[in-house]
Amino acid sequence: MAFILDKVSYRYSEGTAYEMTALDQVSLQIQDGEFIGVIGHTGSGKSTLIQHLNGLLKATEGAIYFNGQDIYDKDYDLRDLRTQVGMVFQYPEHQLFEETVFKDVCFGPKNQGLPEKDVTLRAYEALRSVGLPDKYFDVSPFELSGGQKRRAAIAGVLAMKPSVLILDEPTAGLDPRGRDEILDLIAEMHVHYGNTVILVSHSMEDVAKYVDRIIVMDHGHVMFDDVPREVFHHYRELEEIGLAAPQVTYLMHEMQERGLDVNCDATTVDEARDAILQWIGNQR
Amino acid sequence: MLRDITLGQYYPADSKIHALDPRTKLFGTLLFIISVFSFEGVIGFVAITVFLFWVIHMSKVPLNFMLRGLKAIMILLIIAGMFNLFLTPGQPLVTIWKISITREGLRNAIMMTIRMVYLIMGSSVMTLTTTPNQLTDGLEKALHPLNKINVPVHEIAMMMSIALRFIPILIEETDKIMKAQMARGADFESGGLIKKAKNMVPLLVPLFVSAFRRANDLALAMEARCYVGGDGRTKMMPLVYTQIDRVGYAVVIGYFILLMVIKAVL
Repeated sequence: MAFILDKVSYRYSEGTAYEMTALDQVSLQIQDGEFIGVIGHTGSGKSTLIQHLNGLLKATEGAIYFNGQDIYDKDYDLRDLRTQVGMVFQYPEHQLFEETVFKDVCFGPKNQGLPEKDVTLRAYEALRSVGLPDKYFDVSPFELSGGQKRRAAIAGVLAMKPSVLILDEPTAGLDPRGRDEILDLIAEMHVHYGNTVILVSHSMEDVAKYVDRIIVMDHGHVMFDDVPREVFHHYRELEEIGLAAPQVTYLMHEMQERGLDVNCDATTVDEARDAILQWIGNQR
Repeated sequence: MLRDITLGQYYPADSKIHALDPRTKLFGTLLFIISVFSFEGVIGFVAITVFLFWVIHMSKVPLNFMLRGLKAIMILLIIAGMFNLFLTPGQPLVTIWKISITREGLRNAIMMTIRMVYLIMGSSVMTLTTTPNQLTDGLEKALHPLNKINVPVHEIAMMMSIALRFIPILIEETDKIMKAQMARGADFESGGLIKKAKNMVPLLVPLFVSAFRRANDLALAMEARCYVGGDGRTKMMPLVYTQIDRVGYAVVIGYFILLMVIKAVL
């Protein structure tokens, strides 16, 4: 089991006029190899939650276990945790700093203390896997386009070969094509390496297509934690907290309400098509 | 850790002090600082202390908020205190080896410490009860006469308010980039001075880039709104003195005269 969170609470600026509870008694279990989507509105605590997973924020109350070890233990090496739990922040391209793209990607593995040869190899592999053409390896990261910068920054985290990969809104500010490319890439990596992936987003549409499990956050609480189709059954409650189920969910429910007996479990367009075809088949 | 900076951090509350015009507060702070550096004797000290704590009480800002600002200058205070204590010539009180503490030294050290602490606390009252925008507005209006001798008061005030506005943004940005680099295994704590400075590169380069990017965006946004500074520009909320400011001026001036009288009499 990768993570166990036991009644984790976090309060910002404790003891001042600005005190704010960002997480309230959150308990979770995350298994190895899961592909999880964390969804919530702005300020729901989703970013705060994931920053606990690699020890960047320390819970005000509660405990977190990674592979059976308490990460708040005095002897626990947080730097080691951070090499195992890779984190891609929102707008990761803002963290690029080196002279060349290649050097920047080397930063992570170098900090892991790997020998020069391995560092180079890993950086090369990572850049290849995000689909950045070779000709960009030796240019300044500041000369790349927005989408390319993001790929380079994601490569910088992948090069550390984390067993858990956390991505905070990796598609923010990208056009639809860039968004699909990045998400497809993450899904491919998940299948290929079998690593645990936690994808934070506020868009159900993005997440529904890829993940096996959705955690819905609202006001620092876990509201739902289930497989996508179960979560989307609560589409009315989701609307109340400012989220929406994928458009096909609405379509299927609408059809059912109008007397067509289709299966409402579909969460993606493909599944919806299958469900409708099946219904048509049954009619004959 | 970066959240500990209180100087210039506004504490929202509904108090008489918050309601004062920023110009009143600027003037009051100025008079208070003068009084802190000119008082003598125990009675003067008592008068200043009573006044300061009365104002803090009125402002409804918790006392520990004021004291937090002192943490930053603690080392400076100790060093300055030590210098005064050990290096002032005069009548020796205690002598250890070649170093002696003199009566004058002790007096100077105590006075200096009180003055520094009250100076910081006094100006904290102003910065904690006034938003940075109000403060620059007040400065702009108070310094307006300088326009006549070709000092670009409005532009300076504008630059100040932009700079102040960007402090929290840059702090947040620093925090974010720091976390992002720490997630990639960067280490900002251990190592010697040179290693530490070197380790700052992954933090400083993105920070500079983002500062320039933001400055560029802001300039563009201002230009798109046809911004022209200075003459003929009106305010959305012009500063106007009210009854409470008249009372404020009266109290501050009354306090100052009282202190001068105490000083003259003793």
